[in-house]
Amino acid sequence: MSESITAAAGPSGAPMMEPKHADKRDKPRSLAGDAWVDLRRNKIFWFAATLVVLILAMAVFPKLFTSADPRDCILARQHGGASGSALFGYDFQGCDVYARTIYGARASIEVGVLATLLSGIIGLLFGLATGYFGGWIDAVLSRFIDIILGIPFLLAAIVLAKRFSSDSNSNGVVAVTITLGILGWTTAARIMRSSVISAKNQDYVAAARMLGAGPGRLMLRHILPNSIASFIVVLTILLGANIASEATLSFLGIGLKGDAISWGIAISDAGSYVRVAPAPLIWPSVFLAATVLAFIMLGDAVRDAFDPKLR
Amino acid sequence: MFRYIVRRLLQMVLTFFGATFFVYALMFANQDDPIQALAGERPITESVRQALTERYHLDDPFLLQYWYYMKGMLTGDFGTSLTGRKISDMMEVAWPVTIKLGLIAIVIAAAVAVTSGVIAGIRRGSIFDNVTLVITLIILSLPIVVLAPLAQLIFGIKLGWFPPTAGATPTFWALLLPALVLGSLVIATELRVTRSSVAENLRSDYVRTARAKGLSRKRVIGVHVLRNSLIPVVTLIGVDIGGLMSGAIVTERIFNVPGVGFNLFRGIRTEDGPLVVGFVSILVIVFLVVNLLVDLLYAALDPRIRYE
Repeated sequence: MSESITAAAGPSGAPMMEPKHADKRDKPRSLAGDAWVDLRRNKIFWFAATLVVLILAMAVFPKLFTSADPRDCILARQHGGASGSALFGYDFQGCDVYARTIYGARASIEVGVLATLLSGIIGLLFGLATGYFGGWIDAVLSRFIDIILGIPFLLAAIVLAKRFSSDSNSNGVVAVTITLGILGWTTAARIMRSSVISAKNQDYVAAARMLGAGPGRLMLRHILPNSIASFIVVLTILLGANIASEATLSFLGIGLKGDAISWGIAISDAGSYVRVAPAPLIWPSVFLAATVLAFIMLGDAVRDAFDPKLR
Repeated sequence: MFRYIVRRLLQMVLTFFGATFFVYALMFANQDDPIQALAGERPITESVRQALTERYHLDDPFLLQYWYYMKGMLTGDFGTSLTGRKISDMMEVAWPVTIKLGLIAIVIAAAVAVTSGVIAGIRRGSIFDNVTLVITLIILSLPIVVLAPLAQLIFGIKLGWFPPTAGATPTFWALLLPALVLGSLVIATELRVTRSSVAENLRSDYVRTARAKGLSRKRVIGVHVLRNSLIPVVTLIGVDIGGLMSGAIVTERIFNVPGVGFNLFRGIRTEDGPLVVGFVSILVIVFLVVNLLVDLLYAALDPRIRYE
């Protein structure tokens, strides 16, 4: 679990290997090294990275942040105010809002990371295949992407999530993950396709081909490493979007359900009592917004560093 | 141009059938036993079962069932919701509300985005520019499930500037806050696109020529730059419609606006399959048609674009 998380936040992780080179100004720097020098000076990057690390810690070790049990709900405490033991007060069911908000990070991160990985795998395969082979494969797959993009995202997600969540005993994590995973890969595939196309015409690919490398080796060893940067950036931003989508689906009642603790469910439940007790609405909202913002800012900063032209 | 329209229409037909087939297959195929689901706990006599099977074509192969569904939809018969109301009747009531809400949202968003986008584009690097960039970044990353309830809480309940919910027959005033929330979904992208295209156009040759002719700054920016900068913004509206639809489901539910999104939300909550399928299919069609129109409008606005 923790490994997949660091992999998804990769663009910040990968270039970290090369700060030594970066400091010697006279030495030519690689693209990643150059990007890292840029990033280190970027305040937004540090802000976003700190937030992301905090949220990941919350998801993996919620006990570090709270000792209260989020499922320990006593109706007598209904809408109780904030106190030393419950920082954000209690909700309608008498559960500790602070504990539930902390524990809610796990569902969001879990769904977000897994769905993004799924999208990433599909997008990578599609992007590599369309970009490398071109021709009719490209034509057919690109039309297929057009069709998927032609359907408004949330409408497709509603239909898919409803279908996958027909099992009333599950808490919906698998259903939402699959839904978001198979709807989110199109942009990543397009990005991958265009960078593969530009990479495959480079001299070093021609050289490798002349040395007798087959399509598999060319794609994996030569083209992929040189076209993966913008792909990973898109995935970082997609991770933020997926977390938002999870909350939206849960809010609508087709995402996580049952005993799952999710910010989306919390916002939906608290909405009915907002006049009496706004705290159970406000805090999950703030955490959700901060999480999405952190991932989008991180992706934005890394993209700027890797592609100065876009600035 | 004609060939382009034909090609786009063909592509649209393909997407339309793909999308409706997808929705229909997922919602209706492989159901356990729809007749028993309809009857609930009670036992069903064989003759009733037979009559229902015949009436709803349940014995026919899947593709034939899909065909009946499409035939109904293309002739304006969208089926009946589980509560017994005709879906076309529900739409007749719901659409005007949603269109009103969407129009207010689009107009407000466009007005704010274009004005601040032009200012930010002219004064690149200024405080105004940097502040709007940060604000748009924040708005871009605020999910609508956060924005809508918080706006309701702050402006509807705490400050009391707007009515917190809209009710059965919403007035313009009651729709204003939901429309602002909805509009904020698209305002950020529109603003950024306006800003960058204004900045780009300011450097172009025709602006230099206009300046060299001695035209006033107001005219150069107000006529020459603005007109050309608005073209990409128009195309964004087509993309935005999809986002607005998604946003409308959440916004209408929170502010109790009795529009399309509200009905769809209720259909999801009450497990009303026919209602969800009917509404989703219509929304997909609307989305496709609007996008086609916007693409054609794009060509009309910008003579440099020639579709072959």
